[in-house]
Amino acid sequence: MTFARVMIFSLFTLLAFTGFANLVPQVQGDPPVEEKIDVGSIDMAGMVLLGEKLFSGKGTCTLCHNDMGRAPDLLGIDLAKEFPERIADKSYEGIAKGKTGPKAIEEYIMESLVDPSKYVVPGYGKKGSNDKISPMPKADTAPIELSKVEMNAVTAFLQDKAGISPTVPLPSADEAPKATGNDEDEENEPATTGVAAITKYGCATCHDLEGSEADIGPKLNGLAKRMTDAKILEAIVKPNVVIAKGFEADMMPDDFGEQMRFSELNLIVEYLKKLPE
Amino acid sequence: MALNHTSKLFALFILAVFVLVPDVAFAAADAAKEAGEALVGAPKPTRADYPMIGGLNARTLAWGFAQMHLFLAAFVLAVPMFSIVMEYIGHLTKDERYDSMAHEFMKITMSAYSLTALFGGTLALTLFLFYPHLMGYLMKVFRGQFLIYALLFLLESVTLYIYYYSWNALRYGNRKWFHMSIGLVLNTVGLSLMFIANAWATFMMSPSGVDPATGAVIGTVWEATRNPLWNPVNLHRFIANIAYGGAIVGGYAAYMFLAEKRAEVKAHYDWMGYTSNFIAIAGFLPLPFAGYWLMAEIYAYSQQMGITAMGGILAWLFIIQAVLIGTIMLAANYYLWCGLMRTDRGAQYAKYVKYIAVVIVGGFLVWVTPHSLILTTDEIRLLGGTHHKFLGPLGIMPAKNTAVNLMLVFTFLSLQMFYRSSRVPTVSWAKAGNMVIIALYIIGCTNIVFAGLYGYITPTVYKVGASVPQVVSTLSIIVFSVIIDIFMLRGAKSEKVHWGRMSERSQYALFVLPVAFTWLMGLMGYIRSSLRTHWHVYTVMKDQSPDAYIPTIGQAGNTITVITLSFMAIMVFVFWLSRLGSTSQVKPS
Repeated sequence: MTFARVMIFSLFTLLAFTGFANLVPQVQGDPPVEEKIDVGSIDMAGMVLLGEKLFSGKGTCTLCHNDMGRAPDLLGIDLAKEFPERIADKSYEGIAKGKTGPKAIEEYIMESLVDPSKYVVPGYGKKGSNDKISPMPKADTAPIELSKVEMNAVTAFLQDKAGISPTVPLPSADEAPKATGNDEDEENEPATTGVAAITKYGCATCHDLEGSEADIGPKLNGLAKRMTDAKILEAIVKPNVVIAKGFEADMMPDDFGEQMRFSELNLIVEYLKKLPE
Repeated sequence: MALNHTSKLFALFILAVFVLVPDVAFAAADAAKEAGEALVGAPKPTRADYPMIGGLNARTLAWGFAQMHLFLAAFVLAVPMFSIVMEYIGHLTKDERYDSMAHEFMKITMSAYSLTALFGGTLALTLFLFYPHLMGYLMKVFRGQFLIYALLFLLESVTLYIYYYSWNALRYGNRKWFHMSIGLVLNTVGLSLMFIANAWATFMMSPSGVDPATGAVIGTVWEATRNPLWNPVNLHRFIANIAYGGAIVGGYAAYMFLAEKRAEVKAHYDWMGYTSNFIAIAGFLPLPFAGYWLMAEIYAYSQQMGITAMGGILAWLFIIQAVLIGTIMLAANYYLWCGLMRTDRGAQYAKYVKYIAVVIVGGFLVWVTPHSLILTTDEIRLLGGTHHKFLGPLGIMPAKNTAVNLMLVFTFLSLQMFYRSSRVPTVSWAKAGNMVIIALYIIGCTNIVFAGLYGYITPTVYKVGASVPQVVSTLSIIVFSVIIDIFMLRGAKSEKVHWGRMSERSQYALFVLPVAFTWLMGLMGYIRSSLRTHWHVYTVMKDQSPDAYIPTIGQAGNTITVITLSFMAIMVFVFWLSRLGSTSQVKPS
């Protein structure tokens, strides 16, 4: 009897705790999501937007850079005034020392991302370090692991916040973020060559491309002579607008426009145009 | 006498061996490094590399077994610690009640010990089965330490059985010293086991002795063991285990009290419950300070990790933690207040209970007040900002530190009142002594409040530092009051304590402690593991399993409840078995 009473009492006590745990806001902590960077088509506005996403996402910058006082509130302070002041600070000995202008600010931000202790804003150093050691982790190493392009994007975002035109370089195909080892991510990595794009979307399964002898769709050899770039593009993203003679509609998927990145579409068009007759 | 010296020397020798063992055993340099072989980094398993067995969820299984093992291990390691102290008190005061109670505590431990081993083994199998890459890596880092662990486990079993079964054979005189030496060895081995297991867990949070970029093993086992969070976790778990063990045996005493009908046996279990509650509170009072140190070290190791815990998605957990600790404090205090009725003088102290209750409940409410809320735009608009105008300031650390320190001070006051209720000081300076104690409380509490207010005007990074004077004030009140009481109550006139004169309600309050403690330990385990976010070993080995996410507080709460309920069912079953074991059938006439 005592066993039952005590167990029932325990159960109700535990249910009270569980109920409370279910009442508070429920947030699942997912691993950081890789931001897809379309290296072929991203412009500076895209870089700023990407930087903003990284700032509060994968970069976890807002964890400390907020109004709680752990680190300078980069979204709240006047960066246009702040950055030049830091570079001009006599204790600053970094790469942008003695320089002025947007490029100097870019160098300063990049440096602070990869080597945060190079200059520590007074009052924000590790306790006991006399503001010589920053508590900020290096952005390019674990656990943050921002790529060069991603750090450029964050720099562009902060330059934009400071009211200056970003000076960071736009990414090249070689700078696309590396695969994370996750199968799903590997599949979603953008193709960087025409052959890779054709392989990724399985075009040769239906079309005869350089001797694949597939005949579900029309042969694509010598396409440049028959179609313009715009028509090739349209044939990919809206395959049912024009149906080649001897073939039926609805045979080709009509969602390649959603599946493919803009850069991949361009790569495929360029590849198809170069196919011999 | 010779045996007395021999046993003491023997105990000292064993202690020295265990103090030196880490340096001797773990100091072997990395063989691969010496041989100049290429260093291999931490494994990088892909999602497909994680075994899927049936529909089993690997993380939930490992979580459940780990937590059950930890609950039981904490209990099994803690009880011998205070049993030996009680044994010593019993030997010193010649009061056999302490000795018998320590023996009875060990009886419950014996029943739980095999279950500890069973869950430990099942946990190990689960980890090797579902996380082979991680376990392979940990084996590579800690190498021979796993064997030392196994040997220590064997030694723990041997000493535990000898300690328990030799109790009556080595009960008096010099033999008692020999018995206590065995207990000392048992505790040393037990603590060593805990420290080693802590090294593995904390290595996963703050790895050292490995290359930060690749995770390749470049240091000695000792370097990996002595990682930044090892000692803070060691201290925190050591103190928490004592509080936890006290709470569990308190639950045992409450169960026996409720189940028993005979007045004299009820009195025995009432006394045992009181002593257990005392142990739980004594362990609980310094626990927040060990917690501060642990959190400060987490911040020092990685500010990002610290903020993830205190200001990130885990922040709400500390509100739940506050609810649990508040529950524990209220239950412990309620039990003490009920205890005032055991003595005839208790009533004169009972009038102060309502004031203590106001402070405890007020402190509890401040503690549960959140600061950084996850809000929708509409909620921010309704609230008039991201923080509440009046309640927002109560959500930050200075307010919470003030609240928790005052709660601890007043919990100690409840304890002191009960202690005083059965003793009338006879020394000539009793009045002056009482005035000094009252002054201590007033000055200490004033300092706690003012240090709290100072915390509002100092930069964030120094807020934790501002809590130091508060902690010093709290500890000063406790330590100096105890010292004064020791001298003042020498030769005091003892009032009769009517053990057993307790309501059933008070026993349920006592039973709240193990339930809340167990759930709280589960919650803290969830927080500690979640701090690694999506890493098996923080920054060097990623978790690519399908469960590489931090579950919501609700999901975690449900899991912890199921585990806690299972644990409580096992423990109550052990209590029932213990009662069954001491029940004899009356011989038929």
